[in-house]
Amino acid sequence: MKKRVITLFLAATMAFGLAACGGGGDNVADNVQSDNGSSADDGDQAAGTPQAAGGKVLSVQVGSDPETIDPALNSAVDGGNMILHAFEGLLTLDEGGNLAEGQAESWETDEEGLTWTFHLRDGLKWSDGTDLTANDFVYSWKRVCDPEVAAPYAETVLGMVEGYADAVEGNLDALKVEAPDDKTFVVKLTSPCPYFGSLAAFATLSPVQQGTIDTNGDAWAIDAGTYICNGPFYISEWRPGAYIMMSKNPNYWNADAIKLDAIKWNLIEDPNASYSAYQTEEIMMIKDVPTEEIPSLSGSDEFYIDPIIGTYYLSLNTQKEPFNDVNVRKALSLAIDRDYVANTLMQGTYTPAYNFIGPGWLDTDGTEFISKANGGQPYISSDHDANIEEAKKLLSDAGYPDGQGLPTITYSTNDASYHKVVAEYLQQAWAEIGVDCQVDIVEWASFTPIRRNGDFDSSRNGWVGDYSDASNMLDLFYSSNGNNDGKFSSPDYDAAMDISRTTLDAAERSEALHKAEDVLLEEMGCIPLAYYNDFWLQRKELKGSWHGTNGYWYFMYADIDDGTGSAEDEAPTEVEPEASSESLEPTTEILEDTTEQQ
Amino acid sequence: MLKYVAKRLVLAVVTIWAVATLTFFLMNMVPGGPFLSEKAISPQATAALEAKYGLDKPLGQRYLTYMSDAAHGDFGDSLKQRGRTVAGIISSKFPVSARLGGISVLVALCFGIPLGCIAALNRGKFLDSLISVVSTCGIAVPSFVICTLLMYFFGVNLRLLPTMGITTWKHYIMPVAALSFYPMAYIMRLMRSSMLDVLGQDYMRTAKAKGVAGFWILFKHALRNAILPVVTYVGPMLAYTVTGSFVVEKIFVIPGLGGEFIGAISGRDYTLIMGTTIFLATLIIIMNVVVDIVYKLVDPRIKLK
Repeated sequence: MKKRVITLFLAATMAFGLAACGGGGDNVADNVQSDNGSSADDGDQAAGTPQAAGGKVLSVQVGSDPETIDPALNSAVDGGNMILHAFEGLLTLDEGGNLAEGQAESWETDEEGLTWTFHLRDGLKWSDGTDLTANDFVYSWKRVCDPEVAAPYAETVLGMVEGYADAVEGNLDALKVEAPDDKTFVVKLTSPCPYFGSLAAFATLSPVQQGTIDTNGDAWAIDAGTYICNGPFYISEWRPGAYIMMSKNPNYWNADAIKLDAIKWNLIEDPNASYSAYQTEEIMMIKDVPTEEIPSLSGSDEFYIDPIIGTYYLSLNTQKEPFNDVNVRKALSLAIDRDYVANTLMQGTYTPAYNFIGPGWLDTDGTEFISKANGGQPYISSDHDANIEEAKKLLSDAGYPDGQGLPTITYSTNDASYHKVVAEYLQQAWAEIGVDCQVDIVEWASFTPIRRNGDFDSSRNGWVGDYSDASNMLDLFYSSNGNNDGKFSSPDYDAAMDISRTTLDAAERSEALHKAEDVLLEEMGCIPLAYYNDFWLQRKELKGSWHGTNGYWYFMYADIDDGTGSAEDEAPTEVEPEASSESLEPTTEILEDTTEQQ
Repeated sequence: MLKYVAKRLVLAVVTIWAVATLTFFLMNMVPGGPFLSEKAISPQATAALEAKYGLDKPLGQRYLTYMSDAAHGDFGDSLKQRGRTVAGIISSKFPVSARLGGISVLVALCFGIPLGCIAALNRGKFLDSLISVVSTCGIAVPSFVICTLLMYFFGVNLRLLPTMGITTWKHYIMPVAALSFYPMAYIMRLMRSSMLDVLGQDYMRTAKAKGVAGFWILFKHALRNAILPVVTYVGPMLAYTVTGSFVVEKIFVIPGLGGEFIGAISGRDYTLIMGTTIFLATLIIIMNVVVDIVYKLVDPRIKLK
């Protein structure tokens, strides 16, 4: 009897303890609420921002906490996507991917293509209301070269500007960027760069405010209060690891066209977490969809797949036996059933790659590069059975009939997304032609140096373009390129690339670039496997946003259809996967690749 | 007592120094570096970055510089999260994890201790078996499974609780449940076995024979003695829990410190690795000292030397 009483008493203690804990939780919540000044109910779209009460807040997920959103320092897709909404460069890209006026209302080049002049709009302002002039661009572009800043993209975006070499050594004023008056910005190049316009639209070259940077140093870009910007939105609240709230910037020149009151960028790392939040309608659009959900989602009208400019490929160590033999390289390539890899193993989230340059990349006349590649024919046949026969023959020509005498080769990869299943497949596919392969799974941070130092036989590789000019992808295999991990070296290839870099004639340049791809695939400088796509979930209520082949989502002109029909009246075209994938308009833009790290 | 604390403090400094030194050299032995990415950045940019953060200096010199800065309370800038200092990252994220972890530990104690006692008092009966099943589950099932199940039922299916963030009291329910389940189960087991042990002691029989009331026996004599193993366990457990769980914080999108431990290592963010390691080591050492002092308070027979 006594024991029972004691048991009951203990149970009561627990209940009391729980109540006490619950009370603690309440207080905590109250504190957070008062910090935010909001209703703090995340189920409600309007949560978390003071001015959003009753306003239109778009809640999206494009990545986890960005490492940086300083335009000069960023090199990641998710950070770039946010910068795109907070900043605007001289030029920008429209829905079709065409260059459009940004902070500059017009621009021109001289006959030699060496001097580019940009004319700024009237009355440009920073988000803090102060004036923005051409001198701000001069400061910002020089800052990108500053060795103290160490911008990872400096060479990509400014390498062709006169005086760059001196500027990166610390003499910033050597960089030939000038502001003859407050509304004119002039830049001089050392060699013609037909795609310089797309660099002017690249996030790295966004203007940044000298005042806030001088006062706050690197920390200017980590606090909502000091993050002064010039784009359609500004950061009104930032909770590291949770979300970044961007509110409409009333000082933006085109503010009248912005329909959203705010965008909430949810910083979620785990795809299952973002998928749950999508299901519970806490988020309207998520980029990170769990791969195991894809079979059940394909066919849903909320699931989108759209190409981005990039290729998943294998690097072979061309300086090492037996990979120095082109026949071995070709045999290894032909043994792979690309259709199976992309559509079965990768669940259709990739597209089989029979060329190196895939869809979305542009030729010099603005058409799809792929349409003229190899006379319009794929370089690699999709007839798998014939490919296997050919592979066996090539292997025998190389002196390894049925793989005899060939040492066991190693395939190195990190373990993320589909990398491991692809590795296991390769092992099996190569065994079919008599090649023994051992898979070496390496942790991400160790994998990069292994690949860069050439400590591998064969390895996973991939590239997503910065801008859609095909040279961005083909530069990779120039013999001296820092990303040429397989150390592919071909005089013919280098000669073709040299022509493409110096010529001013569009047709000649196009021919040279196609010649380079011919050489690359004839000598099998790498083994293309699949083209990248972005796949994501998006609710029907979200109208007027679009996805570019550069891997960015454009939400600035988006609207939310709340059922009253007001959104529909003004909404620009809705994003449809088919429509976007067919778009052949010239696209130019930049992004950097974190796809690999996922 | 004071002498004891002073002695422990000196020992703590030596331990932290040893942990820091070991971590510093081990992390530099691991291949890779903070400035590597899929795309090669130009040699100038790499050189400039290394110069900026002093990574171009010899290892020994870097070690001395770091230790001297750290001794002065400067833990440096994060190498990956540009513009953020290590101290800033820890001080902004630790409170979130600490609050969540603190509540979880309280819940674990509030449930674990009474349930353990109940099981011991009802030894061999149905209640005991039931509690044993629960505690075995708690110890065997990993937290990510609990998180996923909770999320599936209460978040996605029933839509009773929010699945992400940590703003209202509702947001705390699932993460706290996930975080407290294991320690609660462990405490239950510890409590049950030590309680059984104590209940069989002679002094319990003496107390009973003297006619001391049931409650008094339990609280004054049994619980006080039986709780020592729990105290031992709770000290370090508290240190681990308040510094955040990588898994739970990731699943429920909680901006705590848990992810920084893992992120720093996989990103080779050297300064942040050092900062988080030293922070965790310090907390554990402090908790151990606290545990020793609590021992003394609970059981006056224990002498702190």
